[in-house]
Amino acid sequence: MKTTTINFIGNRHIALIFSGLLSLASIISLATQGLHMGIDFTGGTLIEVGYQQPADLNALRLKLDKEGFEDATVQNFGTAKDVLIRLKLQDGVSSADLSTKVLDTINKDVAQPASLRRVEFVGPQVGDDLAEDGFLALLYSSLAILVYIAWRFEWKFSLGAIIATFHDVIVTLGLFSILGLEFDLTVLAAVLALIGYSLNDTIVVYDRIRENFRALRDKSTEEIMNISVNVTLSRTIMTSLTVLLVLVSLFFLGGETIHNFSLVLLFGVFFGTYSSIFIASPAALMLGISPADLMIPVKDNSDIAHLP
Amino acid sequence: MQNHYSIWKNISIILVFLISIIYSLPNLYGDDPSVQVSHIVNKLTQAQASDIETTIKNTGTPLKTFEFKDGRVLARLTSTDDQMKIADLLRDKMGNNYTVALNLAPTTPTWLQSIGAQAMYLGLDLRGGVHFLLEVDIDAAVKQAEERYNDDLRLALREAKIHYQNVSKDNGFIKIILKDANDKTELLALLSKDFRGLTVTEPEAAEQVWLKISDADAREIKKSAVAQNMTTLRNRVNELGVAEPVIQQQGVNRIMVQLPGVQDTSRAKEILGTTATLEYRLVDTEHDVQQAVAGHPPIGSRLYYEKNGNPILLDKRIIITGDQIVDSASSSDDDGRPSVSISLNGIGASKMGKLTQVSIGKPMAVVFIEYKNETRIVNGEKVRHKEKVEKVISVATIQGVFSKRFQTTGLDSPQEARNLSLLLRAGALAAPVDIVEERTVGPSLGQDNIDKGMMSFFVGFALVVFFMAVYYKIFGMIANAALAFNVVIVVAILSMLQATLTLPGIAGIILTVGMSVDANVLIFERIKEEINNGNTPQSSIFSGYDKAFATILDSHFTNLVVAVVLFAFGTGSVKGFAVTLIIGILSSMFTAITGTRMIINWIYGNKHVEKLSI
Repeated sequence: MKTTTINFIGNRHIALIFSGLLSLASIISLATQGLHMGIDFTGGTLIEVGYQQPADLNALRLKLDKEGFEDATVQNFGTAKDVLIRLKLQDGVSSADLSTKVLDTINKDVAQPASLRRVEFVGPQVGDDLAEDGFLALLYSSLAILVYIAWRFEWKFSLGAIIATFHDVIVTLGLFSILGLEFDLTVLAAVLALIGYSLNDTIVVYDRIRENFRALRDKSTEEIMNISVNVTLSRTIMTSLTVLLVLVSLFFLGGETIHNFSLVLLFGVFFGTYSSIFIASPAALMLGISPADLMIPVKDNSDIAHLP
Repeated sequence: MQNHYSIWKNISIILVFLISIIYSLPNLYGDDPSVQVSHIVNKLTQAQASDIETTIKNTGTPLKTFEFKDGRVLARLTSTDDQMKIADLLRDKMGNNYTVALNLAPTTPTWLQSIGAQAMYLGLDLRGGVHFLLEVDIDAAVKQAEERYNDDLRLALREAKIHYQNVSKDNGFIKIILKDANDKTELLALLSKDFRGLTVTEPEAAEQVWLKISDADAREIKKSAVAQNMTTLRNRVNELGVAEPVIQQQGVNRIMVQLPGVQDTSRAKEILGTTATLEYRLVDTEHDVQQAVAGHPPIGSRLYYEKNGNPILLDKRIIITGDQIVDSASSSDDDGRPSVSISLNGIGASKMGKLTQVSIGKPMAVVFIEYKNETRIVNGEKVRHKEKVEKVISVATIQGVFSKRFQTTGLDSPQEARNLSLLLRAGALAAPVDIVEERTVGPSLGQDNIDKGMMSFFVGFALVVFFMAVYYKIFGMIANAALAFNVVIVVAILSMLQATLTLPGIAGIILTVGMSVDANVLIFERIKEEINNGNTPQSSIFSGYDKAFATILDSHFTNLVVAVVLFAFGTGSVKGFAVTLIIGILSSMFTAITGTRMIINWIYGNKHVEKLSI
């Protein structure tokens, strides 16, 4: 790939408006519709059963209705032979026995009983704890990264990186909210991994900007940023492509349980790449970054240091 | 010299590579479905082992190998169906004092085992099994202690001849009301001598003393309740016959129990969660039951109900309780009804002996006590409800004197008899437990997850390898070699640490495959730039690696921070994801920087190079 000379910084308004609208839509959806939380966080029971033949969902629903599980949702999971039954925390029923009762109910008077594939029961307290731990993980990882970048770079850069990363997280969560996809523990783990990935991308660009601030003293901040984004462009795209390749494989072949996990990362890598090209540098620029912020008092001889 | 690694550097890299290959090898060997038999306390004898071997062989089931080592028997079979069949057979044959466990025995060759090389430890989502999180009701333990203190105090006061009007529990306090306020000094002396765990408050009323379990004591009670429950659970799990169970404390009052390979979750739940015990009481035949039903129970007796709903009056004094039972076995009585045979400890035996001596011809009742937990939602609030279910399971006339060993009938089914005897043997839970989380994965789903995980790994890996080879040619091939090396290291480290591999963990490895070429992309792009700037191939390689290094460090470090936080806060399978991510990031830095450099130095180092294949 030849080094490009695209004027990313000059045309930053287009990207900023696009991202602004996207973030706004995401926030609105998150505020009004919220996330479709899985039982990891809400508490409840989830039962996955497998049949030899495609399952008759309506018959199952009727059966469960009759036995008093009116709020059970029954749907296919992955294939027509696999069925997922969800139950909310029940009023007045001993929750730990619920899965046994449900399985007994659906296997009553049938020639070919369903085989149990998976049961997940999360009590109300555990659900709250998991949600709290998840939130804390999000908070602490953001803080740890903020501190690290502030130490390695400069506060305007670190704020810029955080803005770019939050943009990715919000837009990804927003998409999850708009599409009504289920948010569970593994999805949360993917969101955290996405934070790491998105920052990784941004830092590579910032690293080059910092280097060029010191090396190309006769150029303006905007010019330097443009050069830096352009020379790292092929790397940014290459890395994203390799990651996208494995994620696509995971998404299509990894099975239903890992579906949403890979989806978050697919969205996230896409937006992470986009934001490190279009958002991170303009953000730092608008925060007023200039070569003066990075001047180190010691004599700068990076230009000649690596000559053989 | 440029682009040259010293011989020592080369050797150490190759050494790391070789060691990694050796320690990842065990993962290539599969498992044998097998059955493991051991005695609860003793070792099996050679004769018993041979007997078991003959029993298996007589069924005609193909037996792969039969090992007898350390007083335990391990029979390797060819299919899981056979495994189940043989296990059931041996359970019936061996009876109560033996543990028959299903196991997946690794087929790793002995030379690998001898250097400590083991296959990765698979999480429950890959091997199938049950995960429970149990919450210990530690407040109940304190309440029970209060109850005990209450009884002990009465006894101590009586023995010390201190006359009291009343000893009662009230709002977390035990209140003693003396008959004579002058006895107070004596009482306080007694309290400071024998009841140090209680904090004494003296209210205005001179004849009263209020006692409270001290905070330190309460903490101790809670701690030991959890510890005792762990022991009991361990006993119960051993009785269930599970290979490689995991029982761990989590936080202050939770216990995690993982039972790989267990499919019958309802039985596991029954066994783990219930607090069941027996009490033996004399039947009160002197008073009228109907009066008690009407709400006027006679002093000294309590109203119970039999299984068929009939009311019955029992003496308040307990002859023996469950904790005096040292052993029990399920059996059936002469009429074939399910029963439990009981063995008592010395104290229990002498109590029972004394009582039966004077009570021949009188009826005695066996009370089955069970604590049931329910979580209900009342007005949107989660209310934990604990119910003590007491039922009289049998009433029998004492025919003769007995003490240490006897049988109890009246159980509904052989299954109930088996469960009860198991619970009695394993000991009672010190405090009731609640199952607050359950995750069960069936064996078919576990295998499915492994297959899908492997499939997506290989396809993802192949795509990246192809892409890198096409785009970066020779250099891409070198990066691919490093990538493969990276995966081998990750697998080797996971195997060495015996860290748990989960499905998200496999996803983590796959993700690492995608991300670990990032370091090489950074380096190669940098080398290309240097060449474009008119530098020689040799110096381009040198400065490409040199300049990219700081960037790689910075960018990988953020990933590492996130992975570590994820590890700290994640639970279960998410932790598995974090582990592979951490190992993957670290080892990818080694392989992508040092590993590729070594090969590039071999190919291009110390010679005149016109053009790089990049």
